[in-house]
Amino acid sequence: MSITYLDAIREAQARALQEDPRVFIYGQDVGSFGGAFKATKNLAQTFPGRVIDSPISEDAMLGLAVGAAIQGMRPIIEIQFADFSTPGFNQIVNQAATLHWRTRVPCPITVRLPCGGTSGSGPFHSQSMEAIYAHYPGLVVMTPATVEDAYSMLLEAVSIDDPVIFCEHKYLYYHLKAERLPDEAMPTGKARIARPGRDMTLVAYSAMLHEALAVAEELASEGTEIEVVDLRSVKPLDTDTVIASVARTGRLLCVGEAWPWGGVTAEVIARVATEGFALLDAPPQRLNAKDTPVPYHPNLWAVHRPTARSIAAAARRLLRS
Amino acid sequence: MVHTLFNHHSVDEIASLRGLYTKAYRLMLLARIMDEKFASLYRMGKIHGGVFLGRGQEALSVAVGLALRKGDIFAPLIRDTAGRLAFGEPVLDAVRTYLGSPLGPMRARDGNVHRGRPREGLLVMISHLGAMIAVVNGALFANRMKGIKGTVGAACIGDGGTSTGAFHEAVNQAAVEKLPLVLIVADNHYAYSTPTERQFACASLVDKVAGYGIEGKAVDGTDLGACLEVLGEAVSRARDGAGPQMIVARLLRLCGHGEHDDASYVDPALKNSPLGRDCLKVAEAYLLAHGWADGGALAAWREEAAQQVETCVAKVQREPGPDPYKEDWCALASKHLSEGYEPASGQ
Repeated sequence: MSITYLDAIREAQARALQEDPRVFIYGQDVGSFGGAFKATKNLAQTFPGRVIDSPISEDAMLGLAVGAAIQGMRPIIEIQFADFSTPGFNQIVNQAATLHWRTRVPCPITVRLPCGGTSGSGPFHSQSMEAIYAHYPGLVVMTPATVEDAYSMLLEAVSIDDPVIFCEHKYLYYHLKAERLPDEAMPTGKARIARPGRDMTLVAYSAMLHEALAVAEELASEGTEIEVVDLRSVKPLDTDTVIASVARTGRLLCVGEAWPWGGVTAEVIARVATEGFALLDAPPQRLNAKDTPVPYHPNLWAVHRPTARSIAAAARRLLRS
Repeated sequence: MVHTLFNHHSVDEIASLRGLYTKAYRLMLLARIMDEKFASLYRMGKIHGGVFLGRGQEALSVAVGLALRKGDIFAPLIRDTAGRLAFGEPVLDAVRTYLGSPLGPMRARDGNVHRGRPREGLLVMISHLGAMIAVVNGALFANRMKGIKGTVGAACIGDGGTSTGAFHEAVNQAAVEKLPLVLIVADNHYAYSTPTERQFACASLVDKVAGYGIEGKAVDGTDLGACLEVLGEAVSRARDGAGPQMIVARLLRLCGHGEHDDASYVDPALKNSPLGRDCLKVAEAYLLAHGWADGGALAAWREEAAQQVETCVAKVQREPGPDPYKEDWCALASKHLSEGYEPASGQ
């Protein structure tokens, strides 16, 4: 039996609904239809009255989640595509993210954002929103890259007392498979050494982890050992694990699918530069998507975001420097 | 004209109405005196940030608060001192929040009208208009899921707030879910300085309710009796399962948007129209005309309210301000997930 990343997300929600009567799911088409990606398939039938279709009103969906959380519930809000979280942005960053700090009342809501690019999806169904949410205090931003993390981190997202932006990558939904769901998990806030190495640290998260691992495999055949760090969550960001890795390798390349200005790769590099400058044998490097909207055509899309090919080229440059 | 409904009731009913009207008036008076005190402290430079008054909106506001009961949800807006008091907010909470006392419910982290006790149903507004309505919906939605019956949620907004997308989304959501939401629109004719003709094109905001498929009613917001009756009925209908209710009160804001604003743009014709009546004075005249109070009683009530406010202000002025070195500077409830979280020294 194999379980996809998408199955893991559905199974985690089923388990959360099963184990905690405070949990409910609210989103567009999530009910009997089972969601645009089928992440809630059969859940409305299994848990009557707890998996509920919403109107196309992201602001009101997220506002409702905050109100329900105040009354002690633990809502999961499915935003159909991460890109569509912008009409609900205000409720996330100004309402949910400030509630506990202002009032001491926790706001345990989970906002599922199907994010990232897939071929042919274009400017409005491809965005990576993690950096913009990580910028705001009061939010936890998870970016699982594996089937196991998709499952265990979503369960953790529902259980913690803060609003969680759960960035699930659409490209991984069907491609990524595991033999079984995990019994135990690393805690959120801890990065994972996805592949050990001694010549260079390659930091990635979400779908870019798999491009990074492919590059490490390719360069291993050339005698270079790349250490790949999977951030797992971008907020909190596990600076310690990254710096410990850079201490071993002396070289840092950080890769993100999001746009270059500010953002996660900039943050990682800033932290390593300020806290671990002496550990670096070469200027730290980063690779992001191009600074344009995400293009529609596969030929353009393949070059817009980092790929194993462009990451390998950047890694080779860094290793030579 | 003052609302005459109360003249058609039996002796017992009139006694009960007298009690309600008098209670409402005294809360309006307390709210007015509090607002005047905040304005005075603002002019003395004792308040950080803005001061926003409910002058002219007390009748509507108090009627909302009095129609609610324990277990209900209330999302007041910036001109609802009276409604907050009627819902049970202590005077001390308001004073501590305006003066930035760390002992207040907002612990000096937020100020002025951004105060409440969400666990007790008093939601804390954010500044983005329309955004609180869906939060009320969520609380009501949760109550329904939890099997809690008979609770109502009230959300207050102004004419300007009805232009936001959040307003539309939330009213539509409440209608779709048939939630016991009572939406109170204070059509006070100006959103900051913008007159209503630049805000909406329908003849009256109450015309909008049909489009949402909900019930709605207009009321003269300067008339306490009318407000008590209309809000009482709307809350009862919502409580009885009739779905969302929208009340549009016509009135005039008898102050600036905030105390920094002299409101010189307000049309004098509006000020001199029936809309420009001061609801507190109208209620006072009604009490006197019906023999429910005399001049001595009114003066005593005013004195009592003023004493209450002065005592609170004096107490809070002796409280120390917030100490930035004792702040935990942590936005998350899950402290172990907080970036850069450092426990304050000695904690």
